[in-house]
This record gives sequence, C-alpha cells and structure tokens, in this order.
Amino acid sequence: MKIRNYWNLRDWGANLWEGANRPKRVAIALGSIFLVGLLPFAGASFLATPIAAYDAVLVYPVGVFVLMALGLNIVVGKSGMLDLGYVAFFAIGAYTMALMGTHTGLNTWEIMPFGIGFAMLAGVLLGLPTLRLRGDYLAIVTLGFGEIVRLVVLNSTWSKGPNGIANIPMPPDIGPLKFKLDDQKVFFWVVVTMILLTIWMIRRLSVRRPGRAWEAIRQDEDAAELMGVPTLKYKIWSFTLGAAVGGAAGVLYASKNLFIAPEMFTLNVSILILSCVVFGGIGNIWGVVVGATILGYLPDRIRFISDARLLVFGTVLVVVMNFRPDGLLPRKKREKAIVKKEVNA
Amino acid sequence: MRLEIKDLHVHYGKIEAIKGISVIVNEGEIVTLIGANGAGKTTTLKTISGLRKVSSGAIIFDGQDISNVPAHERVDLGISQAPEGRGIFPGMTVLENLEMGKFHRKNRKAEMSEDLDKVYTLFPRLKERVAQAGGTLSGGEQQMLAIGRALMSRPKVLLLDEPSMGLAPQMIANIFRIITEINKTGVTILLVEQNAQQALQRAHRAYILETGNVVKEAKASDLLNDPAVREAYLGTGAHS
Repeated sequence: MKIRNYWNLRDWGANLWEGANRPKRVAIALGSIFLVGLLPFAGASFLATPIAAYDAVLVYPVGVFVLMALGLNIVVGKSGMLDLGYVAFFAIGAYTMALMGTHTGLNTWEIMPFGIGFAMLAGVLLGLPTLRLRGDYLAIVTLGFGEIVRLVVLNSTWSKGPNGIANIPMPPDIGPLKFKLDDQKVFFWVVVTMILLTIWMIRRLSVRRPGRAWEAIRQDEDAAELMGVPTLKYKIWSFTLGAAVGGAAGVLYASKNLFIAPEMFTLNVSILILSCVVFGGIGNIWGVVVGATILGYLPDRIRFISDARLLVFGTVLVVVMNFRPDGLLPRKKREKAIVKKEVNA
Repeated sequence: MRLEIKDLHVHYGKIEAIKGISVIVNEGEIVTLIGANGAGKTTTLKTISGLRKVSSGAIIFDGQDISNVPAHERVDLGISQAPEGRGIFPGMTVLENLEMGKFHRKNRKAEMSEDLDKVYTLFPRLKERVAQAGGTLSGGEQQMLAIGRALMSRPKVLLLDEPSMGLAPQMIANIFRIITEINKTGVTILLVEQNAQQALQRAHRAYILETGNVVKEAKASDLLNDPAVREAYLGTGAHS
C-alpha cells in the first residue's frame, strides 16, 4: 500500500533521485543547475521584484542567505549546536574583504582565502573554550560573540566605526564575464557556484567519518564520547566549517555591495539565517536551500505593500511553522519510522 | 589487567557525590556495585569511563593512572560502557549503532563482520532488527543494543549501568544470563545495579555503596546470605 502525500516533496525528490541511474542523475543535476543559472533572465515574469532590482535580489539576500544557511546548518543541523552569533563570521569575511580590498590592492579571489581563513580562525578561537558548553549555554555565548564582533567594528578606528568602509573593489572579470553594478548576473552565477561547492562539501563529509561523528554527537553526546568519538574535536570542526562558509559569504557580499557598515551585521541577521534553516527543514540540505530562498526572496517580492510587508512575512512564518513544524522539507525522522532500506549485514 | 580505584572523590559543583571510595576489579571477574538511589553508583561508573572528572584519587588501569585520560581515549585502552538509560542513538539503525561502537578502532573494517557476528550470536534479536531505527526498539532490545555496541570495541572491561532498569522480569533474567556469558568469553565486568538479588547471584564480588561511601565489600555469595544486607537491599525473605 502506498500512501501518497503530496505535501511530502522530500520523499518525492528522494525517490526520483534513488530511482535514477548514474547518467540520469547527471542529467537531473546538470539540468537543475542550468535552470537555476537561467533565473536572472526571468526578471520580466511573475518572479519580478517590484522596487528592488530583481537580479540584485537574487544575489543578496537570496543567494547569500542560501550560502549562509547552508553553513549554519552544518553547526545547527548536522551536529546539533545552537549558534546565535553566526553573523560574526559573515562580518569577519566582509571586513577582511573591505580592509584588504581597500589597502592591499589584492582582488576578491585573492582575498577570499584570507576571509575564509580569518573566519575559521575565529571559529577555532571561539570554539575551543566554549564548545564544552551545551544547549542554551552555548547559544548565549555565541550570541555574545556575534555582538562583540559588531561592537568592535563599530568602535574601532581601523574599521572607520559607524561610517563603515566604502569603495570596496568589485571582483575582477572572469574572461568574458564582467561584474557590473546594474547587471548582477555574474555575481549570481558566482554565488550559485559557491553554493554548489558548499553542498558538495557537506554531502561528502556527511557520508564519511565526520558525518557519522556529528550525527552521534547530535543524538547523544555522552554516548558518542563513550564510543571513542573525540567530541570536542568534531564539534570544533563543525563550527569551523560553518564559519568558513559564513566568511566566504561575507567576502562576496562586501565585494558586491562595495560598502559595508556595522549596522549590517546585527543579531537580526543571525536570527534570520537561523529562521531560514528552521523554516526550510533543519538538517536537510535541500530544505535549507528552499527555506533560505523563500525567506530571502519574499520580503522583496512583497515590498510594494511597504510597511505591511514585515507583518505578512511574520504571518507566513507563523502559519507555515504551524502546519509544518519540522520545516518545509524536514530531514527523515528515523526515530519514529522503520527504515526500509535493505542492509547487507 | 586490573582496574583499581583508589580513594576516589568526585564533585558536582560543590556537592561531593563520591567521598573517597576504593574498588578493585580483577581480571575475569564480575564485580557489582549495589546501593540505593543517590549512593553514587552511576557517578562512579561515569568517572571510570571518563564522563565525569576526578576531584582527587586515582583510577589505575593496567598499572597506569588514567584519571586524566579523556573519555574517548579510554575506549582505546579497553574500557567500554553501556550507559544508563540505554543511551543508544535513536535515529541510527541497529547496524549503524553497532558500527558506531567501532568508531575508534584503527582496523575497524577488517574486524567488523567478525564482531557483528559475535554480537548477533549473543543477541539474535538484534540481527532480526538490524535495519530498524534504535528508537523504535523495545526497552529490552535497546538494552541489548547498548551492550552489543559496547562489545564492538573489544573491551577488556565492560561497564554496565543498571542493565535491568525498566525491564520485565523475564527480560532481566535474560540480560543477566547474557552478562555471565560475556564474562565467560574473558571480558571483565563492572556492574552497577539496583536489582541486588540478580546482581549478587551473577557477580563474584560486590561493594555496597551508601551516600558516596563503600560501606561493605565481600564475596557476592556471602552478601546474599548476610541478614543485614537481605534486610536493606533484598527485602526480608526475598526469593526469586
């Protein structure tokens, strides 16, 4: 007996993928990537965002949100640690780009490794003393860290305080692809590439030892330790990888926006990215992608109703979370179901 | 191989849960710690496996003080715990749970099928449930899984924390029978129990804990016949 649940897009997608052979999978993947790549050309359709430029919306917030949500999902979804200060890593990436871009003459691609590196370094430095904490305690500490980073850049002279940093250089052209302010297709393709790399990284890690370790830590940290999982090490790894993705998003954001200021890196961003993860389906890559896409896109799509748009946005969140408390595309709840997959024991 | 706890003190914040206990577990023995709620049994076990920090005193294993070795490295030394309340991974299948038990082993791939077979021989039920999520198992099956998973790391000492908790009498008898069987394969066992009757019948030696102190140490069979012990821990005239 097959119960068809039209709401269950996750299983529909999983079945489609598992039922396909290798060439079919390659076709599905390439086809989807191609379609996503065409998105910036759909500006005249119903997708258009009034007031805000459509192709710019696709880059920020949509693309950058997806990237950050994927990074935060490594921490929150994969290994089960609540991080309320994720914006800190985004800010570190952005300020690395801004400072190095305006002072050293290096271009965006050359600065990218530094941005990622500094974010990872911050992740390790924050993680070493704090990841012994669990649950609420960790959430509070990370929340504090996010605010500390913002307050430091707000009150320092090297960061030009509340004035922010202007004249950040755009990325250099990649062959025939030119980065332009009034046409952000190339930015979008770069974000999509970064998203794909992130997804690839997460998927690879998930099926290997780190994935197993994170899963064990998320389900029962003490038991994981008893199995010989060096839990602190894997938690720091998870935290640092999440930080790396946040840092990369920050570098790209600064280089696209050409101007950054501390007010862009408030607690709100951390909360919004966490909402993307929870809204889409915590722990499920595709859920997170869908969640971040919707939450990034929606406010700009309904911008014409000006003041009421945050009300509508909030209502959508409340209604959806009521009907789908585990998110739009939740991860498989194996605790409750019998796993059907054949196992060769 | 010998596990020795010397004058162990453990604190939760300012509260001293373990007030200087000494326990010896010799190779091949089943030793049991019995006592009421709050006596410090579970804390003692968690301290041996490394989940709790030692305030003072020593844990000597194979002649080496392991007080400062992190929990995940103690598994390499040969100490394996089946945690209280079963502590399995509810979202992983039985097979995945068992595989997690080998997480730290260097040649885990080579050992895997052999050790899985050993566990399935002890617990045929687990083989039937191999592809089922841990959280969907019954209480007794979860306990079997917790013990089986602990065995996957090829321990020298197996620490069992209340394996009878919340189980039906028949299942309790079954679990204790298997504990004896595991012991006969050469695994030393330190067993923490509230079910003193069963524990004393299976163990070689026993320690009685009261509020963080060892109040009695003797051969298990002697304690079974000790009137004071029967009064306090077995209920007068307990037969079962």
